[in-house]
Amino acid sequence: MYDDIIGAISTPLGEGGIAIVRVSGEGAIEKINKVFQPRAPGKDLRSRKPFTLTLGYIKDEEQGILDEVLVSIMKSPRSYTGEEMVEINCHGGALAAKRCLQRVLSLGIRLAQPGEFTQRAFLNGKMDAVQAEAVIDIIRAKTERGLKLALKQMEGKNSQYIKSLEDLLLEANMLLEASLDFSEDIGDLDYRRVRELMESSRDGIDKMLRAGELGDVYKEGISVAICGKPNVGKSSLLNALLRKERAIVTDVPGTTRDVIEEYVNIQGIPVKIIDTAGIRDTSDLVEKIGIDKARQAISEADLVVLVLDVEAGMTEEDMNIYRSLEKQERIILLINKDDLMAKNIKQKDIERHFSSLDVIWASTKDDIGIQSLAEMIEKKVTAGLADNEQLEFTVSLRQKELLKEARQYIQEVLEALELVPMDCLGVDMQNALISLGQLTGRDLKEESIDRIFREFCIGK
Amino acid sequence: MIYQAGNYEVVVIGAGHAGCEAALASARMGCKTLLCTLSMEHIALMPCNPSIGGPAKAQLVREIDALGGEMAINIDKAQIQMRIINTGKGPAVQALRAQADKQEYYREMLKILLAQPNLDVLMAEIEDLEITQDRVGAVITKTGARFKCQAVVITSGTYLKGRIIIGDVIYDGGPGNQFPAQKLSASLLNNGIELGRFKTGTPPRINRRSVDFSKMTEQPGDERPLTFSFISPRINRPQLSCWLTHSTAQTHQIVMDNIDRAPMFTGVIKGRGPRYCPSFEDKVVRFSHKDAHQLFVEPEGRHTDEMYVQGLNTSLPEDVQMAVLKSIPGLENVRIMRTGYAIEYDYVPPAQLKLSLETKAIEGLFTAGQINGTSGYEEAAAQGLVAGINAALKVQEKEALVLKRNEAFIGVLIDDLVNKDIDEPYRLLTSRAEYRLLLRQDNADIRLTAKGREIGLVDDRRWQDFNSKMETLEKTKTLFQQNTFTPADLEATAFLKEKGSAPLKDRLSWWDLLKRPEIGVSDFENMNWINVLDEDIAEQIQIQSKYQGYIAKQQEQVKKFEKMENRRIPVEIDYDEVYGLANEARQRLKEVRPTSMGQASRITGVNPADINVLYIYLEKKRRN
Ligand SMILES: Nc1nc2c(ncn2[C@@H]2O[C@H](COP(=O)(O)OP(=O)(O)OP(=O)(O)O)[C@@H](O)[C@H]2O)c(=O)[nH]1
Ligand SMILES: [Mg+2]
Repeated sequence: MYDDIIGAISTPLGEGGIAIVRVSGEGAIEKINKVFQPRAPGKDLRSRKPFTLTLGYIKDEEQGILDEVLVSIMKSPRSYTGEEMVEINCHGGALAAKRCLQRVLSLGIRLAQPGEFTQRAFLNGKMDAVQAEAVIDIIRAKTERGLKLALKQMEGKNSQYIKSLEDLLLEANMLLEASLDFSEDIGDLDYRRVRELMESSRDGIDKMLRAGELGDVYKEGISVAICGKPNVGKSSLLNALLRKERAIVTDVPGTTRDVIEEYVNIQGIPVKIIDTAGIRDTSDLVEKIGIDKARQAISEADLVVLVLDVEAGMTEEDMNIYRSLEKQERIILLINKDDLMAKNIKQKDIERHFSSLDVIWASTKDDIGIQSLAEMIEKKVTAGLADNEQLEFTVSLRQKELLKEARQYIQEVLEALELVPMDCLGVDMQNALISLGQLTGRDLKEESIDRIFREFCIGK
Repeated sequence: MIYQAGNYEVVVIGAGHAGCEAALASARMGCKTLLCTLSMEHIALMPCNPSIGGPAKAQLVREIDALGGEMAINIDKAQIQMRIINTGKGPAVQALRAQADKQEYYREMLKILLAQPNLDVLMAEIEDLEITQDRVGAVITKTGARFKCQAVVITSGTYLKGRIIIGDVIYDGGPGNQFPAQKLSASLLNNGIELGRFKTGTPPRINRRSVDFSKMTEQPGDERPLTFSFISPRINRPQLSCWLTHSTAQTHQIVMDNIDRAPMFTGVIKGRGPRYCPSFEDKVVRFSHKDAHQLFVEPEGRHTDEMYVQGLNTSLPEDVQMAVLKSIPGLENVRIMRTGYAIEYDYVPPAQLKLSLETKAIEGLFTAGQINGTSGYEEAAAQGLVAGINAALKVQEKEALVLKRNEAFIGVLIDDLVNKDIDEPYRLLTSRAEYRLLLRQDNADIRLTAKGREIGLVDDRRWQDFNSKMETLEKTKTLFQQNTFTPADLEATAFLKEKGSAPLKDRLSWWDLLKRPEIGVSDFENMNWINVLDEDIAEQIQIQSKYQGYIAKQQEQVKKFEKMENRRIPVEIDYDEVYGLANEARQRLKEVRPTSMGQASRITGVNPADINVLYIYLEKKRRN
């Protein structure tokens, strides 16, 4: 009876726990399969039996890995909602789940409203009538809570800001519509003004989306992987950042064999620090597995600290590791053991081989450079997100989806402006108004008609 | 004394634009119909501006025509100027507008009414409705005649308890100094229909011979005037011009000097007026930064010297009106022929109606036109047509005709009336239609002729014309879609070069070539690639190819919309029984009583959570 697919995170978000992204609707399996890469070849989701678990990865647009996941599929009518369903168990915790959900939504799957899974379950005959009222309570309670939240947000800076964005779009729409319905009273459309308004509203949306990302950084946190060849002091760095002896440190290369994860607050940002096994060619089976895991952890991290050892000097091993990081956007180069006399790495070597990286000279032993690293991490993960205008950083996923939707439509109007007839522009303009209006519950179409009469002198 | 005077199936009260359409539709559908008018000399009266059409309204007129109504044909006969406006702004908002000869419009409509089988026209004021067990059974005239009937359509315009206001001169009256209808309001109130009060106004009329046109800008009609009706013959009468002038600083000074005498500001006028049609004094006060307002001087007919001053609707005292007029370039020596006035009248807040325009309270009673809180001749006619059709369908015990928002501007109009809080006279705008690009004036016949045929209002001749047009259209479309050019075509390559159009890279269909802005159907004709097409066929090919992408986008939107529309809500639903509805939503749902989930979601005050709750309730009901 429904022909759209909905998705949402269905477990309470918590640090480190498993979060489930639930997807329901006809064609859900087909859709999710597009972004799923099974660990074992051939375990295509479409060929899997219902209720079996499949291990694999959710991939991003560039085919990079977002998270390791366990996926189970269910077919209609044997599922919670009675529809075809996919459940994605995300291992990477809340942030990873959120990213997986975003990826899922990018497939054209709609973010579910509160209680919507349960509602579908009921409407598809998966629940009896007694349960129906409980469902209504959920819908009511959640929307009321949502409403209260929304009201609270209304008082905040963000809602003011959204309102100002809506007003820009509203004015653009008003100018367009007025010149269509009252051309003789008003004259020709001021395209330049419309473009200006639309561009400002688009830029405002971008600003808000960036603020949201920044908010996510502070709320949901980031992951930082420490990598490098054996014995450069990776575990020592983890301990230094944690200010406790968490990982075993020895002078034997190849000490760390498994991935170690710890949480620490860096400059107010919750950071998951991942210490990894030193990467090198080895025949030791256990170490080999550890290195594979290390590579995996590094590829999933938001930021990588590449550690060199000033005494050991710069070797081909270091360069190989650096090359394997080519997909990483954020890398900090940390040259450790700077307390030692033997300086086998020179400034000019760094400039030659790592010219694009930020560099920190440090000593975990003497606590040198650790604070600089913390500041550098903050700088790198917030770069480009903070604008001078101080916005609040609470942009919910739903708001984000709507903002992105609106942005898309605005962009389409901007690209078509002056090229297609005005009535055609109205099609995407209307869509943009609907998307944006849902953020604050305003009926922008109706308001813009009102505005026409307020701003222009029209009449018999 | 009341006496038994006759027996009809449908009685229509009021012979304005709504009433004429209602009566003709009902009679043409085979119902014995009586049309009552207060004055035989004022049928299809245009008491305000002498024009029909324009954005959104032209679409309405074309839709009326496709369904088998009369307005389009009648204005084609009575036009004195035709103009296409909004050219270059896209096919959805392009609109035809006619200046009318008001007298001729009346005469032509009267001819049609009198010639119509099944229809009697009677000059009488209806004072009472006879209603038993919430069903209408008869109407009673001022002179005691009782006409039995099964359905009544009230199309009383602004006559219900009409009150004319000119400065401090106030008297009971209908538009154009007609008698008002004083008693019908009470009859409606007694039968449980709520009434509200609106206000509208009209400018003074001036004598053509007192106008100095040399100080104004001429606005001629189109060189090749088009027609509203899809079946009217081409127009070849000479076109009359309108004239453009403007108010001056002196005009505004006169208004401000006398503002204490303006009824809008003295508080004499209580009814709510439309914002899109403010009085001139309103404009001067609200837009004080503007030093000039444009004014159009329009002829009211071929055989009269009266001219309408568009933009100057006012209820200022007569002496001030005179002074205002004289301060306008070209009107220095003007003589007034009719004074401008404001009129207050009773209306039926339309939330009391079903989408068929039948009142929810009284079976068989329909209202249409300005009585429903709308403004405009076209809006009135459209409602009249629908109410007339549905009155006849009711008598014939058939399902009502309800046009959806994606099918017709008429659908948008009626859906808005029923679902929105109407707190000022409602005027249709193209921006009120979500699916504007589909509801064009050029395709009204394609959208609605079959519906009109089904109802029985489209005669054989129109039906055959329509079918042969559709056949040619399909053939021509196939021609354009199947024929292609390749980069090797020398003639095509040369043609594109001459047109400044990019050379072909691959094989391209004619249809896709048409999507290029610089290429048109006429190019294909000029190159002798096709025979010269009928104008309406060429227009369709052009629009359907060029706007294919955007039209498809709108059709996507319609699909979503229709899903909700198709979820019916049973008539017997008891909203008090629905667990979890917000109070305001419950209240509004009880008032409007929507027929579909889509309609429910458009009601002011009903939010998405309420819709979810309603879904669950209905499902629960279905299972029990
Ligand atoms: N002088 C000096 N020694 C250090 C410093 N940091 C680490 N070391 C020493 O370097 C050796 C290796 O340190 P680890 O932290 O275990 O190195 P690792 O990179 O984790 O090594 P693997 O786990 O084997 O890959 C230990 O003996 C440390 O004491 C430093 O800043 N200065
Ligand atoms: Mg280690």
